Amino acid sequence: MKISAVITLKKDVLDPQGKVIHQTLDGMGFKDISEVRQGKYFEIDVQENDPHKAKEIVEEMCKKLLANLVIENYRIIETK
Amino acid sequence: MKSSVITFPGSNCDRDMDVALKKFGFINKMVWHDDNELPKSDLVVLPGGFSYGDYLRCGSMASKSRIMQSVINFAKSGGLVMGICNGFQILVETGLVPGVLLRNKYLEFICKNVHVKIDNKENPYFKNLDNNIFEFHIAHNEGNYFCTKDQLKEINDNSQVAIYYCNEKGQIDDQHNPNGSLKNIAGIFNKEKNVLGMMPHPERMIDQSLSGEDGSLFFKNLINNIK
Amino acid sequence: MLVNEKVAIEHGLKAEEYKKICDLLKRVPNLTELGIFSAMWNEHCSYKSSRLHLKKLPTKGDKVIQGPGENAGVIDIEDNDAIVFKIESHNHPSFIEPYQGAATGVGGIMRDVFTMGARPIANLNSIHFGSPQNKKTKNLLRGVVHGIGGYGNCMGVPTIAGQTTFDSSYNGNILVNAMTLGLVKKDKIFYSKAAGLNKPVIYVGSKTGRDGIHGASMASASFDEKIEEKKPTVQVGDPFTEKLLLEACLELMAGDSIIAIQDMGAAGLTSSSIEMASKGSLGIRINLNEVPCRETKMTPYEIMLSESQERMLIVLENGKENHAKKIFDKWNLDFAVIGKTTKSKNIELFFNDEQVANIPVNTLVENSPMYDRKWKKAKLPKKNKFKNEDFNNLKIKDILKKILSNHNVCSKEWIWQQYDHTVMGDTIQKPGGDSGVVKVHGTNKAVAASVDSSAVYCWAHPLTGGKQVVAESWRNLISVGAKPIAITNCLNFGSPENEENMGEFVECVQGITEASKYLNFPVVSGNVSFYNQTKEMGIKPTPVIGGVGLIKDYKKMVTMKFKEVSNLVLIVGKTEGHIDQSLFARTILDEKNGPPPEVNLFNEKNNGESILELIKKDFIKSAHDISLGGLLTAVSKMCIKGNKGIKLNKSKNLINEIEYFFSEDQGRYIIEINPTDFKEVSKILDKNSVHFEELGIIIDKELIINQKTKVTIDELKSYNTNWLKNFMSS
Repeated sequence: MKISAVITLKKDVLDPQGKVIHQTLDGMGFKDISEVRQGKYFEIDVQENDPHKAKEIVEEMCKKLLANLVIENYRIIETK
Repeated sequence: MKSSVITFPGSNCDRDMDVALKKFGFINKMVWHDDNELPKSDLVVLPGGFSYGDYLRCGSMASKSRIMQSVINFAKSGGLVMGICNGFQILVETGLVPGVLLRNKYLEFICKNVHVKIDNKENPYFKNLDNNIFEFHIAHNEGNYFCTKDQLKEINDNSQVAIYYCNEKGQIDDQHNPNGSLKNIAGIFNKEKNVLGMMPHPERMIDQSLSGEDGSLFFKNLINNIK
Repeated sequence: MLVNEKVAIEHGLKAEEYKKICDLLKRVPNLTELGIFSAMWNEHCSYKSSRLHLKKLPTKGDKVIQGPGENAGVIDIEDNDAIVFKIESHNHPSFIEPYQGAATGVGGIMRDVFTMGARPIANLNSIHFGSPQNKKTKNLLRGVVHGIGGYGNCMGVPTIAGQTTFDSSYNGNILVNAMTLGLVKKDKIFYSKAAGLNKPVIYVGSKTGRDGIHGASMASASFDEKIEEKKPTVQVGDPFTEKLLLEACLELMAGDSIIAIQDMGAAGLTSSSIEMASKGSLGIRINLNEVPCRETKMTPYEIMLSESQERMLIVLENGKENHAKKIFDKWNLDFAVIGKTTKSKNIELFFNDEQVANIPVNTLVENSPMYDRKWKKAKLPKKNKFKNEDFNNLKIKDILKKILSNHNVCSKEWIWQQYDHTVMGDTIQKPGGDSGVVKVHGTNKAVAASVDSSAVYCWAHPLTGGKQVVAESWRNLISVGAKPIAITNCLNFGSPENEENMGEFVECVQGITEASKYLNFPVVSGNVSFYNQTKEMGIKPTPVIGGVGLIKDYKKMVTMKFKEVSNLVLIVGKTEGHIDQSLFARTILDEKNGPPPEVNLFNEKNNGESILELIKKDFIKSAHDISLGGLLTAVSKMCIKGNKGIKLNKSKNLINEIEYFFSEDQGRYIIEINPTDFKEVSKILDKNSVHFEELGIIIDKELIINQKTKVTIDELKSYNTNWLKNFMSS
């Protein structure tokens, strides 16, 4: 079963990359952007057919490795 | 001979390149990324550094700078454009030279001397050089050259590989590939050979008391070729 | 929110400190004011436990332009050139988040240097980790190295030297100390002293977010998000913005617009504005609504205590605002006039047209607490009596192998290869030597720098250890041909409230004082980091010394690699055979007690100056000082670097070879000379009453220790180079 996870910086943590991407987009003519935040996206194929359990496994992965909980949050976004 | 070095926000080898070009006789101008026009130049250099912090993808945002349109036009009309390190990454992002530069194979920044072998001297950069093997310096995190099979075929068909990583005897193998580059490729030309992108920094090899002097040979030859 | 003693204690203040605040203000402070007091009166900003002792350090000298008290120290290197330098710790943040902690540490120290108008030309670092067996060590090391490289490389400042050690006392508290050197014209140095009334106070750089606001801020109950989001956030470094800030500041500094400038480091806007006001005996009025903020609904409390990085505060000349703004606009940085200087001598803050704080500046600075903490004097431990039997079963080659591959001796190339050490094109001695050396751009001069610590010696006897670190720094500079000028120190210790830890601090400082006085090697900047401990256990006392020296003609720089076969190798300085606290005693004999080697300052000075004399006269082909691991370790490194061997003579003085080879007596150097110069060299050394012996002759590819023991250079290399690589890939 495929589970996806999105890791983003926590709300109040500075995102230097997002900031510069925002400025560049703005310079290219994409006006009216109020904020750009960037993050990481994972697709993990887990050998587990129960969606609930599969999500739990990926959640563990996020907590233990994929996300740095000091500065990042994770979101399990989708099950297929 | 007139040269121009483009300074992007985050460029940090621009001064080193300026010093090197002047040392070997170029009249060099520093050009700000937000300018519209290139000054009259025989050579345009995109220097190393971390333009826009290397955020998103190395070179991606610099390739969208205002000055780059002039640089691209200059290159397309046959002008000499050389991109070193981050400059190479910018060239790749503009599409002037084929391929991409991925993160180093071992996921670490590498700063050290390497040997490179010149593959092809039929171009304004390497023509008349006596040696084939040079000791240059690399300092990068994303120098792992990659392109598609079709691109590679085209590159080879047109003799577009400029330099390969090798050992001091010129042997090209995995052991002397510092970053995982496809076929040990360290530098690439465009089809017409007027645009050169390479990871090594010849400008850091211009004094025996620094890392070495092979960069001096390169620059001395380059200005003679342009004259 | 009501302020009372309990809230003050939550802010890390003591009950009596809170009472003092109320007395000084003659009222109860509001929450913002309390936050400001807690930030200014904490150990980091006020040096309340250390000030009394730091006063003893020698800080003056004919080459000192600026001693401690500014953003960094400044020394004269002639021809109107000056070097600005400082070392600073970022220990606790690096333990929590190694990448960002180390990165922002490097960013902070570079800002300290370019705040004074200097372009950073070299970075160094001293990093200490727990034992390699500790589960956390590898990840911490990787994170810290990536963080240091990530920031320094992006800034385009070469990292030219450093030091990495492992010891279990750092298991729960690693040390990350970063040092930066900058180059400035003597007449273009900028200071943080505000002057003049009604001058505009300018904020430049990044926007202010809720970065690094300390625990107590949660009590302010101003957020309406979930609990998770209220956690104090770790500062994230943005080297790209700092690079822009550097260029923009230097561009503005080229003119005459700036009266005073101060970077916003620890305690951000609070400490920067107060420092400037205090030094200028002025007041500052700030309208907090003008401060560029990254987040919505930030409170005055948060704005004042935020530790967002890459920000500066500037007092400008009147009428220069537009000129300055243009420069910061060009570099895409925030620029805001947030206040002005006043004659009130108070720090006055306004928010939404209301006064939210009004504190006399002197209550925050001059009246900050100062403690004479209780401390315990350390006794000099008794010497161990080793017998020949203790050594009988040991083979020299086995010992050498163990020592060269020891985690504190082995090559750290895996680390420094990840730091750009050649950018700026002036690096003439890269990491791995005794000191890093960079040319002063466009001149024949070069500057050498080294960072050192000897926590084991300091732990065994703090007074001797303090002396030893300064002496080692001095030797490392001499070994590359530099005349030592001044030092910066980063004093990493346990809790000052623990008598033993405080004693270690006091006596190490005493040792540093004695040595730097004697060697005329004054302290021009530094930083104290207390409370480095796991639960109740303090780390080993770890004063880190960053030394800086000048090479007048860069062509006379010396390296440690053996140069030429048949050259003669001498050992300068006397080998007494002091084994206690040596790496040999600690790792091979497993003997952790005993005194550290004695430091004879007369010999240090005399031997060092004699080496410099020999270098000046071009007699020395290679040189290396003898430190951790002793004579044979030092010789091996010279072999490895030069890819040459040596045939050693039998020692005349000591009966026991092991003592000769592995003792860590101080004040010693190994030098290579041309045999034809021997007469001249020995004449000079004799004239100066310097003890020396002929150590051996350089040969090809083999270290011949005695008739039975030979080691090839390839073997030496494999002992020395593999440990760290294998450790990191295992």
